[in-house]
Amino acid sequence: MSECSTSCPAAEDPTLQRVRRIAESYRGKEGSLIQALHAVQSAYGYLPLEVQKIVSETLDIPLPTVSGVVTFYSFFSTEPHGKHNIRICLGTACYVRGGVRVVDRLEEILGCKVGHTTADGMFTFEIARCIGACGLAPAISIDDKVYANVNPDEIPQILASYYKAEEANA
Amino acid sequence: MAKYAPRLNSLEDLQAIKDAFLAETEKYRHTVIVCGGTGCVSAHCADVLSALKKQYSVRGLRDEVRIVESGCIGLCALGPTVVVEPEGVFYCNMTPERIVQVVDKHLIGGNIILDYTFLDEKTGEHIPYMKDIPFFHDQIKIALRNCGAIDYDSIEEYISRDGYFGFAKAVNELGRTGVYEELKASGLRGRGGAGFPTGVKWESGYNQPGEQKYIVCNADEGDPGAYMDRSILEGDPHSVIEGMLLGGYTIGANKGYVYVRAEYPIAVERLSEAIETARAFGLLGENILGSGFSFDIEIRIGAGAFVCGEETALLNSIEGKRGEPRQKPPFPFQKGLFGCPTIINNVETLANVPVIIVRGAEWFASYGVGRSKGTKVFALAGDIKYSGIVEVPMGIRMGDIVFTIGGGIKDGKPFKAVQTGGPSGGCLTKDHLDVSVDYESLSAMGAIMGSGGMIVMDENTCMVDTARYFMDFVQDESCGHCVPCRVGTKRLLEILQRIVSGRGEVSDLDRLEKMALTIKDTAMCGLGQTAPNPLLTTLKYFRDEYEAHVIHKTCPAHVCKDMITYVIDPEKCRGCTLCARQCPVSAITGSVKEPHVIDSEKCTRCGTCISNCKFGAIMIK
Ligand SMILES: Cc1cc2nc3c(=O)[nH]c(=O)nc-3n(C[C@H](O)[C@H](O)[C@H](O)COP(=O)(O)O)c2cc1C
Ligand code: FES
Repeated sequence: MSECSTSCPAAEDPTLQRVRRIAESYRGKEGSLIQALHAVQSAYGYLPLEVQKIVSETLDIPLPTVSGVVTFYSFFSTEPHGKHNIRICLGTACYVRGGVRVVDRLEEILGCKVGHTTADGMFTFEIARCIGACGLAPAISIDDKVYANVNPDEIPQILASYYKAEEANA
Repeated sequence: MAKYAPRLNSLEDLQAIKDAFLAETEKYRHTVIVCGGTGCVSAHCADVLSALKKQYSVRGLRDEVRIVESGCIGLCALGPTVVVEPEGVFYCNMTPERIVQVVDKHLIGGNIILDYTFLDEKTGEHIPYMKDIPFFHDQIKIALRNCGAIDYDSIEEYISRDGYFGFAKAVNELGRTGVYEELKASGLRGRGGAGFPTGVKWESGYNQPGEQKYIVCNADEGDPGAYMDRSILEGDPHSVIEGMLLGGYTIGANKGYVYVRAEYPIAVERLSEAIETARAFGLLGENILGSGFSFDIEIRIGAGAFVCGEETALLNSIEGKRGEPRQKPPFPFQKGLFGCPTIINNVETLANVPVIIVRGAEWFASYGVGRSKGTKVFALAGDIKYSGIVEVPMGIRMGDIVFTIGGGIKDGKPFKAVQTGGPSGGCLTKDHLDVSVDYESLSAMGAIMGSGGMIVMDENTCMVDTARYFMDFVQDESCGHCVPCRVGTKRLLEILQRIVSGRGEVSDLDRLEKMALTIKDTAMCGLGQTAPNPLLTTLKYFRDEYEAHVIHKTCPAHVCKDMITYVIDPEKCRGCTLCARQCPVSAITGSVKEPHVIDSEKCTRCGTCISNCKFGAIMIK
């Protein structure tokens, strides 16, 4: 489609255009806001206000409703994330098995607090409530990979592998 | 998946698939099952599987051995695990090297490699056969009947074990009323926590007038520390699909939703594939098995909110809204999803249904005690030796789960408590090891059956801190809709934080109790109504520990950081300097070969020194 309305300026960033296209695929589907936001977030990385506006316009849902949903659910983020997402489990099993020590150590190594991204943009570091590896607690996940029975002393080694991969890619 | 998929139009077609599968697999001498549950995945079972596939090609075993990647076999602590059938030999802690040996010595040579089998630490002997291992011996697998036993990706294998025969029996023999009558007679109760009789629920769904109705599967599994539902979805997705199909048929719904938490991508993937396959086989879609009944399923993914496990909040979330609970009545069966009559059931509940229909109410009810029939799946975790997924008949002794099945406490430490029901449940003590695990007995103790989380704690766990942990959880997850839950849990948390940081007062204990009881009575939904349970049970059963915190300002378990100090025993310290070098905050000083000292002002009690000291010289006081 070539004709663009005012809400779609020709100069719009291509990633935002992509967001619009993704959101469009959910138009008219009953109750699909959350599913649309998932898809948009996985394409754009996070859900800043401008992205929320596009979702709101495309699905014809008021912006406050969209924002209300985004802020309600912990999976949605309005801040950009690092290249890799570290989630340290503090579910009951991991808490009982010393998950807090893993958190403390990571804060120390990464030099940033839970919920933040490292200065070099490599890692965002969050707490998870059970990642389903309770039998092998404490567990953490980095992106989709689960590390079980984590000993705080092994963390530098684990992180090093990501830096190494980054160098290899560069 | 480009699979050949015949459309099945009748019971005879279903039977033909079953016969063909059994005939096809009969020709194999062995089936090797490699566990692909989450635990084993994180223990790198994929490497074991690929080494196995390679070796069996090299050794030309394609026509003699069948390889299956299954869902969770259960004993996650010893993963990756592998079972060789038909003997039922259980190999644990597998590696690519070990599996190559198993191919050569066992599959080809016919000799079990005893060293790779389960080691019974009590007797020092290996136990090769799965059925003899205490962890498996006392389990009864009904909901988990296929989990860890079949290829989760094979609808044919599911059918070969009487899968979808439950639906066929429902449409051909029982009829809609017959299904809920059978369930009522079986005594099946909801496994999501509340324990409501499933047959009664389905009957009310059937009786409710309405053009459009829905059946919803609750796969939100919010208890942080539990993964039973995940194991079922990943290991036997068709059992959940068939359960929903039966529910839809009974109440008259042609559409089902599965609400899965976003943290479970593998479960979503396997379930989506199973739904696709079921459609291709005509087991979802129009006129299923020629019955005239049509049904389909859609998956909805959650977005990280514990309260969405509560059924009315879940409905809001499926509708794409904020997951806030709705006022009841009207109940979901009257006015649920998109305003239509809706029946909501938990994953495990639904997985039980097909086999109850096939084998009958009487068979199911022969397991269990009193008003708690059948079995319950638990995720056994924490300070337990054999953590994993277990399914036990209701009425089993708590102590048997912990000590016989679970093998007791890790590292031989004393048992302190077991927590069931997650943030809505309670902590029981060593005095409760004889309690029967069933809905009524657990409630009478102030704990609950819950959805199946069972966390075992050793003496190094502080019960006040545990109560604080759960309060922090519910306070964080409270949706904020009602005041008792929003404000009340916050106040409770503040008091608990005060106590664990050494600033508590004796009067805090009564204050906690009073406020907790008020929240229980006045909160709007189950989250708030049950949120005080971990606090109330620990207050009741571990009062001395609370008193130690508020009166003596000590933490008997040495957990609460503000009440402990680390000291080096000068007698034991050899001055090796290791601790001083590793201390992340440089709180340890001393010269070589001289006893070191810890500056407790600087010390963050991180425990690095303790875990690294080779002489056991560092103590907590
Ligand atoms: C705060 C809260 C969280 C809940 N979380 C879950 C859950 O994660 N999974 C579940 O099946 N039921 C959960 N429930 C129970 C559901 O509300 C509902 O009772 C259940 O899904 C009904 O299915 P059943 O009868 O098969 O157990 C939760 C209830 C409350 C109050
Ligand atoms: S509690 Fe950490 S994985 Fe479940």
